[in-house]
Amino acid sequence: MREFLTSQLGVSIVLALVVFGVMQGVVAYCIYFERKIAAWTQDRIGPNRVGPWGLFQPVADGLKFIFKEDVIPGHVDKPLFLLAPAVIFFVGCIGFAAIPWGGQWLLNGKLLDIQVANPDIGLLYILGVASMSVYGVVLGGWASNNKYSLYGAIRATAQMLSYEIPMGLCILVVVLTMGTLRLEEIILPQTSYWLGVIPQWNVFLHPLAFVILFITMLAEANRTPFDLAEAEQELVGGYHTEYGALKFGMFFLAEYAHMITSSALASVLFLGGWHLPWWSWTQPEATHLGAVLAKMLVLSLKIVGFIFVMMWIRWTIPRFRFDQLMRLAWKGLIPATLALFVLAAVLLYLGRQRDPAWALAVNAATLAVCLLLAGSRRREVTGRAANLPAVPAPRAGQWSAA
Amino acid sequence: MIHNDDILELDEPQLSAAERLYLPQILGGMKTTLRHLGRTLLNRPFTVQYPEEQRTNQRAENYRGVHRLNRDEQGRVACVACYMCSTACPAHCIHIEAGESPWPDREKYPVKFDLDELRCIFCGMCEEACPVDAIELTPHYDLVGRSREEMILGKEELLAIYDETKDRKLRKNPHITGYSGTGGRGAAQGPQPETAYG
Repeated sequence: MREFLTSQLGVSIVLALVVFGVMQGVVAYCIYFERKIAAWTQDRIGPNRVGPWGLFQPVADGLKFIFKEDVIPGHVDKPLFLLAPAVIFFVGCIGFAAIPWGGQWLLNGKLLDIQVANPDIGLLYILGVASMSVYGVVLGGWASNNKYSLYGAIRATAQMLSYEIPMGLCILVVVLTMGTLRLEEIILPQTSYWLGVIPQWNVFLHPLAFVILFITMLAEANRTPFDLAEAEQELVGGYHTEYGALKFGMFFLAEYAHMITSSALASVLFLGGWHLPWWSWTQPEATHLGAVLAKMLVLSLKIVGFIFVMMWIRWTIPRFRFDQLMRLAWKGLIPATLALFVLAAVLLYLGRQRDPAWALAVNAATLAVCLLLAGSRRREVTGRAANLPAVPAPRAGQWSAA
Repeated sequence: MIHNDDILELDEPQLSAAERLYLPQILGGMKTTLRHLGRTLLNRPFTVQYPEEQRTNQRAENYRGVHRLNRDEQGRVACVACYMCSTACPAHCIHIEAGESPWPDREKYPVKFDLDELRCIFCGMCEEACPVDAIELTPHYDLVGRSREEMILGKEELLAIYDETKDRKLRKNPHITGYSGTGGRGAAQGPQPETAYG
C-alpha cells in the first residue's frame, strides 16, 4: 500500500482526488467572491448575512441547489436535457489532468511528477477538452425546446468557433517559441533569467499574444463582455433558461471550472507556471516537499490573479453586440494573431525565437500595423444616416444641436 | 407628427485609432471600477444595515413616515375631533368617533381614532388640515404587521408613537393646542408657555 502511494500512479490518483475536491470548494467560493467584487465595485457591501462576512453563503447556495425541486419541463428532449449539464460539468472537471501543479517531487530516490498525467500532447488535450464544453451548451439549448435557449446555444457555438482560432494561434506562437507541447517542458525554459534578474517568461517575449489569449479566454468561458449566450436582457437566461436546481448549479460550476482551467493554462504558457522569480524553492532544481507546496501555492496565486481580473472586467465592461463580437474576432484578433504567428515562425527559422529584442520587435510591429489600419479606415456610414437627404439648416427658433 | 426636417442628424464622433483598439478605453474603465472597489474596502459603504441599524439622516421635520397623535403639555391627546383630517384625506384612511370632552378647555375629543396605515398614501394632507397640529407624520418608517387588522393603528398606538418620536421630531413651535391664543375656553386658565421645545 505504502509502495503504491509513493509510486507515480498513486501520486497521480491522490492529486486527482485532491485537485477535484479543492476545485469544487474553490468554485463555490469563486461565486462568493464574484458577488463580493460586484458589490465593492458598485459601492455596496455584498453577501454578509450567512456566517461571518457572509462566508457560509456558498454553502447556503449549494444546499439550495440540492434541495430545490428539480423540475424537468414536459416539452424537453429528456435524455439530451439530462446529458447537457453532465457533459459540461464532466468536461469542466477533466481539463485539470494535464496541468503541472508543482514541478517534481523527489521521494525515496524517485522523481515524481506533481501532475495527474504528463502526456506528450498535454496542450492539445487541454485545448480539446476545453472546446468540448460547447457541446454542453448546445445540447442544453437544443434539448430545452425553447427558442431563447436555442438562440443562446447558437450564439455560443458561433462565438466558440470564432474565438478558438485566435486562441489556437496564440498558443501556437508559444509552441513555436518553446518547441514542445508538454506543459512541464514549456515551464522549464521560463525559469531561467535574462541578465540574471528578469525571468524568461513568455509574456516578456510575446505580450501581444498574451493579451489576445486573455481576451479569447474570456470569450471561451462565456464571460462578460462576451457572455452573449446567456444575455439575460435578450434571452431570459440563454441555454440554461429551462434548468433549475442542481442541474443549473452544474452549469454554473462548469463556468467557473472553465475559468480556473484556462487561467492555469495561461499561467503555464505565459507566466512561467509555478515559477516565482528570485525564490529558490520555485526553481525546477528544488524537489523537496516544501518546494512542491510552494510551487502549488505560486500557481494558485497566479490563477487567483487571473480570476480576479476576469471578475473585475465583468463588472466594468458592458456586453458586446453580436456583430461587434464577430467583427472583433474575424477582422481584429484573427488577422493580428495570424501576423504574429507568421512572424514567430520567421523568428524560429532565424533561430531567434527566444531572443527578447526580436520577439518584442515583432510584437511592436504587429501592434503598430493594427493601429495604423484601425486609424486610417474611416467608419462606414450605415443605416438611416446613409439614406436620408442632406440635413436642412434648423429653422429659426427651433432647437439646435449646439 | 414628426417631419423629416424636424430630425437633426448628428454625426457620431470618429473614434481615434487608440479608441478603436478598445484596450486603452477598457483600462480606463477598469481604473474607475478599481477606484470604487478600493474606496468601498477602505471606507465604509453608505449601506445601512437595516434591521440592526436605522436611518438617522432623514429630515425629521418633513419626512413623511408613520403618523402620530400629539399630546399637549398635560399629556392629553391634542386632537379635538374636528374631522378636518379625515375630510382632507384622499385615501379615506382616518376614522374618528368624537365624544364630549372631559376637560373644560375644549368641547370634543376623539373617543376613537383609527388610522389604516395600509390604506394611507403618506401624502401629509391630514397634517396640513389639522387646526391644532395634533396629527403629524414622523420619521418613523419601519412599519410592519402580521395582519391587516394589526396595521390599523388606534388612538393609543398613535399616542405611543408620539412618545417614541417626540425627541426626534419636536412639536411645532409655538404650538396652538394650548388654546391660549385662539380664544378657546382654555384662554381663561392663564398664560401658557410660549416655547415648549423638548
